[in-house]
Amino acid sequence: MIGPHRRHPLWLAYLLHRLSGLALALFLPAHFWVLSLALTDPDQLDQFLRFADNPLVKVAEFGLVFLLAVHFFGGLRLLALEFLPWSQRQKSLAAGAIAGAFLISGTFLLRAI
Amino acid sequence: MLGIRLYMAQRLSAMVMGPLVLGHLAVMIYAIQGGLSSAEILGRTKGSIPWFLFYGAFVLAVSVHAAIGLRVILHEVTGLKDRLLEVFTWGAMALLIMTGARAVLAVTLL
Amino acid sequence: MRYTGFRERANRCAVSGNEKTMDVSVWRGSGDEGAYESFQVPAQDNQTVLDVVSYIQQELDPSLTYRYACRVGMCGSCAMMVNGQPRWTCRTHVKKVLNGDRLTVGPLRNLPVIRDLAADMDPFFEKWIRAGGVHKPGRSRDDAIQQVRPEDPGRVEANKAIECINCAVCYAACDTVAGNPDYLGPAALQRAWTLYNDVKVTDRAAVLASVTGPGGCTNCHSQGSCTRFCPNELDPLSSIAGLKRAAARSFFGGKS
Repeated sequence: MIGPHRRHPLWLAYLLHRLSGLALALFLPAHFWVLSLALTDPDQLDQFLRFADNPLVKVAEFGLVFLLAVHFFGGLRLLALEFLPWSQRQKSLAAGAIAGAFLISGTFLLRAI
Repeated sequence: MLGIRLYMAQRLSAMVMGPLVLGHLAVMIYAIQGGLSSAEILGRTKGSIPWFLFYGAFVLAVSVHAAIGLRVILHEVTGLKDRLLEVFTWGAMALLIMTGARAVLAVTLL
Repeated sequence: MRYTGFRERANRCAVSGNEKTMDVSVWRGSGDEGAYESFQVPAQDNQTVLDVVSYIQQELDPSLTYRYACRVGMCGSCAMMVNGQPRWTCRTHVKKVLNGDRLTVGPLRNLPVIRDLAADMDPFFEKWIRAGGVHKPGRSRDDAIQQVRPEDPGRVEANKAIECINCAVCYAACDTVAGNPDYLGPAALQRAWTLYNDVKVTDRAAVLASVTGPGGCTNCHSQGSCTRFCPNELDPLSSIAGLKRAAARSFFGGKS
């Protein structure tokens, strides 16, 4: 529940970073399993990749690329916050991270469809 | 539940992954056009030492990074700590490294 | 003269005239038990949340337990959750936080409740001490007084946080504290950063060691609620980032 003590940009940036990180960590084993099909069962891998041509799957992939990009840019912001000289522009940087993630995942989606 | 060593491991693995994620995003955007096929993917990666090193490093870094991240979430959400939390952290890391190594070998071995 | 009970006086107050009232929900209970109780309080042009709480205790229910001392934002004892957000109640105007005609006041979050609106501050101050917040002098009374140059970069950094009044608003706002009971919290860590930059502190490595353990600065997720809600407009978020930088430097064998 996002109570009043949480309604501010940096807390929301934290939430996005945590949820995207969690989702990516849970996605990884599935990702690795599908790739290892190349060794164990190439036919099944091709079957899976054909299934991935489905527009709905493309949208899901867009979601995954967004998660990766937003965790990447958000992580860069945190590394800068922790290891570079202090900057007061944390809100702008957090907004920039989301904008960057949309740019990258949007480019991916446009090329995918 | 994050001492200085795990903290540094997570931040350093993040720094290692910076360029790797950028590369991975670029490959995805490049490769997705026209759909994917196993022939296309494997044609690029089979027997390639650069791709083996690229994704090998990626798997190691992400395993360390994700295991520590999951550890923090698990502790803060469920209160799990001490021995069980250690077992979870190292178990998650080992699982990710093993499944990841298998995937890297599957797409880069000749 | 007939003795007039609190409730009786309050009722007379409420029914006499057409003055506007506010619906104030106040947490009642101790420990983990309790519920919100509603009070009708006359609305004034100028009043603070602490005035409202005091009115309830003085006019409506003398058993209401709460804590305050200075009423001018210096002592740090009157912080409460006001409409779900931690605030210093003596300097929070009702007009600024009133939600329609409703106001909700509860004890500070992340701390045990003694009773009603009085939170138990012991864990907060224990962590303050655990983070090295007690001054350990490097000189004795026989030594000359240490000269401190105000323009020294370390002094400038240390000065940023010395206005902390220990109100625990940052501690109540922090979700890392909520999820991780061992986490020292923003106030104690900011204090450690102040000491780390203080030339009068001789053992900087000891300060750093006390804030890099399992409950230390490395647990901070940079949510920034501490800085966002600090009533004195201090910036614990940047102090903790400073500690992380120092910790990382010393991890690689750099001098602390």
